[in-house]
Amino acid sequence: MIRAALVDRVIQPADLLAEVATPRSGATALFIGTVRETNDGRAVTAIDYASYVAMAEGELERIAREAGEKFGVDFLVVEHRVGMLQLMETSVAIAASHAHRGPAMDCTRWVIEEIKTRVPIWKREHYADGSRDWVDPAPRSEKVAP
Amino acid sequence: MATVAVQLFASYADLLGQSRMTVSVPDRATVRDLLTSVRSLPRGGGIPETALVAVNRRFANASDPIAASDELALIPPVAGG
Repeated sequence: MIRAALVDRVIQPADLLAEVATPRSGATALFIGTVRETNDGRAVTAIDYASYVAMAEGELERIAREAGEKFGVDFLVVEHRVGMLQLMETSVAIAASHAHRGPAMDCTRWVIEEIKTRVPIWKREHYADGSRDWVDPAPRSEKVAP
Repeated sequence: MATVAVQLFASYADLLGQSRMTVSVPDRATVRDLLTSVRSLPRGGGIPETALVAVNRRFANASDPIAASDELALIPPVAGG
């Protein structure tokens, strides 16, 4: 069972874990992306996630299918949220289960990296000083990921 | 000349002040021609020559042909996650 979706509701990671639970699996990996309170030294209060919905849904589904084939993972669920998110809210969750830990963990890592380069989703950060800006991933990609 | 409709998102929509526009392109136009036309509009120069373009919801190459019936979109650098 492989599923990927763009959602405009709260993501419940426990639901994703339940979806990939199977007696065949000895390992389950879960990646959760959340809204962080600072970016490039600026105090962030919220992030508005915008998307080219029709394309993003297709690209998410392609990534999930490719990940399944690449890592031999049959149980994978990906959800990415759009809309206004507050600090600590989950923007993306990826759950994968497999007989062994390696493919499950590698799969979730690969999926989030592909999402960041291929899926038409954009973040408009809202800052504590009242301003807001679209996030440009270029300068950030040169820094060490947290 | 032909007229095509283009969707704009995020920073590109803000730059041009609209989320959908029509532009004139040469007959048998390519993605590169589309970018040239958009960049010639007021404030269009803010869109990079190498901007990503989606044709029918898939990323396209600069030399790919476009048609009036295609779903076209200019894609700012993506920042999901």
